[in-house]
Parts: sequence; C-alpha cells; structure tokens
Amino acid sequence: MELTRYITVGQYLPRSSPLHNLDPRTKILATTALMVTLFLIPSFAGLGLLAAGLLALLALGQIPLGYALRGLRPIAVLLLLTVFLNTFFGGGDAGRTLFQAGPLVATEEGFRRALFVGLRFILLVTAATLLTFVTSPVELTDGLEWLLHPFRRVGVPAHELAMMMSIALRFIPTLLEETEKIMKAQMARGAEFGQGSILRRARAFVPVLVPLLISAFRRSEELALAMEARCYRGGEGRTRMKELRWRTADLVAGACVIAVSTVLVRLR
Amino acid sequence: MSEPLIEVTDLRYVYHSDTPQAVVALDGLSFSVEPGEYLGIVGGNGSGKSTLAKHLNALLLPASGTVRVGGLDTRDRAAIWEIRRRVGMIFQNPDNQLVATVVEEDVAFGPENLGLPPAMIRERVGEALAAVGMTEFRRRAPHLLSGGQKQRVAIAGILAMRPACLVLDEATTMLDPAGRAEVLETLAVLNRRDGVTIMLISHAMEDLADAGRIIAMDRGRIVLDGPAARVMARADEIPGGRLGAPQMAKLARWLREDGLRLPEGAHTVEALADAVAAAAGLGTQGDV
Ligand SMILES: Nc1ncnc2c1ncn2[C@@H]1O[C@H](COP(=O)(O)OP(=O)(O)O)[C@@H](O)[C@H]1O
Ligand SMILES: [Mg+2]
Repeated sequence: MELTRYITVGQYLPRSSPLHNLDPRTKILATTALMVTLFLIPSFAGLGLLAAGLLALLALGQIPLGYALRGLRPIAVLLLLTVFLNTFFGGGDAGRTLFQAGPLVATEEGFRRALFVGLRFILLVTAATLLTFVTSPVELTDGLEWLLHPFRRVGVPAHELAMMMSIALRFIPTLLEETEKIMKAQMARGAEFGQGSILRRARAFVPVLVPLLISAFRRSEELALAMEARCYRGGEGRTRMKELRWRTADLVAGACVIAVSTVLVRLR
Repeated sequence: MSEPLIEVTDLRYVYHSDTPQAVVALDGLSFSVEPGEYLGIVGGNGSGKSTLAKHLNALLLPASGTVRVGGLDTRDRAAIWEIRRRVGMIFQNPDNQLVATVVEEDVAFGPENLGLPPAMIRERVGEALAAVGMTEFRRRAPHLLSGGQKQRVAIAGILAMRPACLVLDEATTMLDPAGRAEVLETLAVLNRRDGVTIMLISHAMEDLADAGRIIAMDRGRIVLDGPAARVMARADEIPGGRLGAPQMAKLARWLREDGLRLPEGAHTVEALADAVAAAAGLGTQGDV
C-alpha cells in the first residue's frame, strides 16, 4: 500500500528532454488542443494514431512507459464503469446482439462505443499527466499566469490561482506520504481498511482523514509564514529565474499539434 | 565597534492581549547581536524562543520595546521587506517551507520575490547551492531528499537573498542525528568561511556546540547571556526541562567537583582530553 507509487498524477519528472525544454505556455496550449481534438476525433483510426503519437511523446520526454501507465491505476474503476455502461446501454437498440445477461443486452454497437469512449478516456488522462511529467509546477504556474493575464480585467486573480495550483501539486506527495503513515499507525492499532460493507470502509477512513486535515491546516499555516519570511508579497513586482520565451522549437511544436489535430479530426 | 546587526530593547509581547487568555510570551528582553557572531538561544518548551524569532524579521511586532535590524525599526512598514531580506528565517519542518518541486526553483523563490533580474537570480541560486554543498542536487525533487538535505536546501533558499543573518528556529529538531550533524556542519562553515551571522535556536544544548555565545531563556526572559562555555557550564541552572549540558561539559563539571583542576570551556572530546591530560601533568598528547 504505497500510495506514492500508485498516484503519479501531477508528478514532475526532472529531465532535460526537448519536451522539458519547451515553453510551458506551448505545452499548456498544446495539451488543451489535443484534449479538444480527442473529443472531435470520429474514428478508431484517429484515436490509434493519437495513442501512437502520445507514446512517441512519452519516449521523447524520457518518461518510462510503466510509470506513465501506473498513473492510470487510480482511474481504473471509473474506466471499467464507463466501459460497462456503454456496452449495455450505449448502443441503443441498433446493432447485432453480442450476448445477453438477464435483462441486460450487450450489442455490438454498444461494445464498439464502450471501447471508443474507454480509449478516449485513457488518452485524455495520459495527455494531462504527460503535461505535468515534463513541466514543473513553477513553470506551469508561470505559463498559466501568463495565459490568464488577459482575464484579470474581469476580476480573475491570475497569479493567486496559478500559485495555488502549484502549491497543491507540490504538496500531493507530502500529503500522500502522511496518509500512508497515519494509515499504518491506525492499522497497528487494529484498524482495518478495505473490509466489510461500503459504510464500514468509509467509517474506517474517518480516523485517517481527521488527523490528515488537522496536519494539512498546520502545514498551510507554517508554509504561509515561511513564504512571508522569504519576502513573498503576491505577484506584484515578482521576477522569474526562468523567463518565458517563445523559441523556434515552440513554433515547430505548435505547428505540429495543429497539423496533427486537423488530420485526426477528419480521419474516417 | 560597528553598529550591532540586531538590537532588541525591552521587548515585550503578549498573545491574545486584552482577553482572559492573554499569554505574556516575551517579558522585557534586551540584547544585541554583532555581525559575524554565532549565537545560540536555548530554553525549554514555551520559553518564548519562537516568539522572539518571529520578532526579528517582523513576522510579529512588539507590544512594547523595539527591535532594530541594521538600524531599521521592525515597526516601520516601509522597511519590512528589507528587514526580511536581511534576517533570513529557517523553520523546524523542512517540508513546510519548500514551495517548489525542483531544488533550484525553490532556492530561486526568495530572489524572485525580491524582483531581481533572471541572470542575477541564476547566479545567486548557483552560489547558494554551492555554499551548502547541494549543487549536484539542483534538478532533484526536494521531497525525495533526506531531512538534512532538505534543510540545507531551505538554508540555500535564504542565502540566495544575501541575508546578513540566519535565524534557525529549531531547524535541527526534526532531523535524525546524521541530518543534524550535516546541518550544524553547514552552519559552522557558513559562519567561519563566509562570515554569515548565525542565530541558532534550540531546546537542546547539544546543538549549540559551535556557538560562541549563548542566551538562555525562561518564561519570556533572558536568564543567562554570555560566552558559550560559561553558559554551558551553568546549564543545570536553566529552568524549563531537559536542557542537559553537552556530555563533555557535564563530565568536565563532575571531574572538577572531584577535585581535578580543569579550565572552563572544554566541551569537545579533544579539548577535554587535552585539559585532563594537562591537569594530570601528561602534556597535551597524552593517552586518556
Ligand atoms: N499563537 C499563539 N497563541 C497563543 N499563545 C501562544 C501562541 N504561540 C505561542 N504562544 C504561547 O507563548 C509562549 C511562548 O511560546 P513560544 O514562543 O512558541 O515558545 P518556544 O518556541 O520557546 O517553545 C508559550 O506560553 C505559548 O503557549
Ligand atoms: Mg518554538
């Protein structure tokens, strides 16, 4: 039960690959574009090509495939549910019947849809995690802040939102480690997790959540103090060690994403 | 003599003042710190050490009395950021003071807040990491480092702001013995080599072996203030719990009580061995 090994979402892997070196704005925009594309792709062929493309990007970013796949484990239940629902209810009345389980009828059309939606879901999550694997939270913050900047005039607190996200990403591993510690401590006192009815399982987590919340509040207080002691006073007047700068590589990457998206959306 | 770096005069602070839960945390403190000093502050739980630390960089403001940093009053709102730059603070839990997920990005956080140009930030980050011996970890994730290494990164994050003084509030308390030794060694080097003023706060006298001067606190007051050797020799007089003197200082005192004529201030193994050898008339290299 090592949570830190299971939950890889949002974790940055420091490397120096071409992907790591792209401007964070490019990566945020490209990921967003790919996600929109995913919803517009009409065919299996398109999804397949995009999957191949993502695999190539993982390799380019020096992300071990196993590590990336581990990130899918927490969503496995959601994925199975999606596939199940679509198999039995997604096809309407049309299509050949594959098999029947009581009142539930699995149609060929439903099964195709289930596979399609499931694959799209996997690719969606992979694209999002790929972004965080190759972009550090600080870079994400800077990029996001820049992209949100135009909306400040309508009252969007760009710097604060971006900073909040980056701190949240920073504390995921710390809080996971802590959860693990508390669960082990409770197990040593006879607590059992993952046994009995759903209600009992949920109840078993109360003695974990309460100390975790208390500690998270204490941490946030201390962090705020430490940030103030390091002269943090909001986004005003702050500079960056890594300046955002569009390079040729960003242009090329952007062009590639646009070209690939255009083709995939039309592929039948 | 030059102007003191920090000058505290009649400092008083009360938590929840004007309520029935009022706690007098600091009760009339006065002392000053000279540039280049290595000052230890020792005291039991609740003696007011952390409250004092927070006054030194204007995280708290005095109820009465004054705190001056290089002549700037901490109550002067215009000077607050300059004061925080000059007096860098390192806290107990390294996990709760690291803001970034890459070592060099964390070290850059302070200089970025100061609004320095990128090239200068880069230079300072490099220097600060070198000063604490963490250069090879600059691209690592801090949460995968050991406690001592994390605390060294936190120190580098402060050094990158080019402070005049480092205040460490129980910064060694959560560390294992190896991590503790690692951090103390780093501080000693910074003080000796780079002339950084160090103010190390701890409830454990063992941590203060490198301090030149020690202030002992109890219930918001200073009970002892003087050369480290002298304060350590009188450690048992400091109220407030398990402030055991370092073992060597204790051993020296026992030997003295047994009639051996030993000078004060021998609180490392070598120094005490030499002192005992000298007292026994063996010369300084005797086998003890
Ligand atoms: N936030 C606070 N609110 C109320 N009382 C506090 C607070 N922080 C500290 N105190 C009280 O002030 C006194 C000094 O505390 P502190 O400065 O934390 O001591 P130390 O760091 O030496 O353990 C203690 O009696 C403590 O209970
Ligand atoms: Mg304290």
